[in-house]
Amino acid sequence: MNVHEYQGKEILRKYAVATPRGIPCFSVAEADAAARRLGGKVWVVKAQIHAGGRGKGGGVKVAKSLEEVHEYASKILGMTLVTHQTGPQGRVVKRLLVEEGADIRKELYVGMVVDRASQLVTLMASAEGGMEIEEVAARSPGKIHKLAIDPVAGLTDSQADDMARKIGIPQSSAAEARRFMHGLYRAFVECDASLAEINPLILTGDGKVLALDAKLNFDDNALFRHPEIVAMRDLDEEDPAEVEASKFDLSYISLDGNIGCLVNGAGLAMATMDAIKLFGAEPANFLDVGGGATTQKVTEAFKLMLKNPAVKGILVNIFGGIMRCDTIAEGVIAAAKEVKLAVPLVVRMKGTNEELGRQLLQSSGLPIISADNIADAARKIVAAVAGK
Amino acid sequence: MSILIDRNTRVITQGITGKTGAFHTRLCRDYANGRECFVAGVNPNKAGENFEGIPIFGSVKEAKERTGATVSVIYVPPPLAAGAIDEAVDAELDLVICITEGVPVRDMIATRYRMRGKKTLLVGPNCPGVITPDEIKIGIMPGHIHRKGRIGVVSRSGTLTYEAVGQLMELGLGQSTCVGIGGDPVNGMKHIDVMRLFNADPGTDAVIMVGEIGGDDEETCARWIKENMRKPVVGFIAGVTAPPGKRMGHAGAIISGGKGTAAEKLAVMEACGIKVTRNPADMGRLLKSVL
Repeated sequence: MNVHEYQGKEILRKYAVATPRGIPCFSVAEADAAARRLGGKVWVVKAQIHAGGRGKGGGVKVAKSLEEVHEYASKILGMTLVTHQTGPQGRVVKRLLVEEGADIRKELYVGMVVDRASQLVTLMASAEGGMEIEEVAARSPGKIHKLAIDPVAGLTDSQADDMARKIGIPQSSAAEARRFMHGLYRAFVECDASLAEINPLILTGDGKVLALDAKLNFDDNALFRHPEIVAMRDLDEEDPAEVEASKFDLSYISLDGNIGCLVNGAGLAMATMDAIKLFGAEPANFLDVGGGATTQKVTEAFKLMLKNPAVKGILVNIFGGIMRCDTIAEGVIAAAKEVKLAVPLVVRMKGTNEELGRQLLQSSGLPIISADNIADAARKIVAAVAGK
Repeated sequence: MSILIDRNTRVITQGITGKTGAFHTRLCRDYANGRECFVAGVNPNKAGENFEGIPIFGSVKEAKERTGATVSVIYVPPPLAAGAIDEAVDAELDLVICITEGVPVRDMIATRYRMRGKKTLLVGPNCPGVITPDEIKIGIMPGHIHRKGRIGVVSRSGTLTYEAVGQLMELGLGQSTCVGIGGDPVNGMKHIDVMRLFNADPGTDAVIMVGEIGGDDEETCARWIKENMRKPVVGFIAGVTAPPGKRMGHAGAIISGGKGTAAEKLAVMEACGIKVTRNPADMGRLLKSVL
């Protein structure tokens, strides 16, 4: 699960990670009031969407007067912000963060991830802050310093100090940097984060160490112990189809193609998408109905796929193990009838009771195209959609 | 021959009285030598009772001492799963197979750290389990699609493993052992660990390695194969079409920071002498071609 920058900073402040003072705003009037309350002479008006690259897209502006705060807030709220992470359709800005301006002396980078190879939380830091860390990694990997953290000992003072030195934080700010990194690590572990990125981390003119930006992602499997984080979920930032799918315990992801696919199991679902591409078309979605697919679940899955106007055909690929093919066939037939299916449908079923399942489909009177294997199924649906 | 488990393996089921545990324990018990193999259950609140004749003990340690079992399978709910693994490790079992899906990553980091230097092997979590066909099945895979034979299968995905097995069976090829290592980012045995065992197993002639996007376990395994494997290996990687930053169902199946793409994995595997296919319907045929 993702949260907004202002929410991430709220969490980090609880762990003594310093950030500029700021106030989230949902209207221009609130932005005006926030700037007055913060005081000072410089403010930053920041669009709050779940995507990076906001500055480049015009979603972050420095205001040097209250009038400018008003002007920028009016411009940014409601705008469709397009960044390299939003896709070409962009994202409508519905929330702002108004922050006090910061006197930036240096821009650095600090991040944390779970490293799969060492199976430990890993701290990454670089003196090259403010730009895409992937670019730094590609151009000069030596400039990213990494440290795997022992889960029992935690991040030690000497490790934190060493890292601060490596990224060019002066000795006079070492205590601040240490507090910052300790806080970030504690927040990461205690909140079950899967990713934390502070880019940039800044060193101010008077030697303070502040998180100028904050990107936090959380482990979905651990949300049951963090109701306060679940409460931060912003459904406006999520694909409505994916939100709808989660209500029925379906794992669904929208894609750009025109062939809907319904599969049991994540790996087989990806393999089915790959087969569609192999035969010259593109999948419209990833959809894993899981192990216990019922007629209702299959029907909901069909409805979900067909809500996407781009879908011109559907491929169902089921490996019936514990789940029987005849049960799936009944679900597919019921779903096809209920949604009055008007696009070609190819069904490939394998495993338990596959013959029975196939007979059910054949005798249903529906124009269902049957396939023997994944490749055959992909070939048939691609041909059917192409009108061949 | 086989790896990890065979007809002589004795198994403790942690979470035997829950809905999932009870359902799959019945299927495992009814498969091949299951009646001899599944000898104990664990539930501290039901110690002294039994599950359809299988005695229930208060702890893994007690179950091991009383039955001689050396392997456990875990079906307990996600918040308790890592603790269940810890208990099995502390009881010094040889192997723990954790089926449970949805275990918090932080819990697994702590559990894997505790396992360092211990003898217990872990398969999973979030996996279908392990089967040595016609001898024993431990997990949730459909037993009847398998037959005893000489092909090893290792995979991160459940149904894609069944798919590979189904293709082998159509060509008349049975399996020595099939291992589903699971789709979580922090887990037990990796492809390389299972591959080492297949390499040493006289009952395995060749291996199908099925991977998916995310991480670099397949690459690590491929490099090991190039230097050490004495048997042919064929591979498939799911997720060529997966866009970066989107989690494809499995917690571990995500392309992040440009790393873990299917194309990259396939390229490394090919460079290491592994025959790969981009057609998921072709895994069985490809394997047969290298025998």
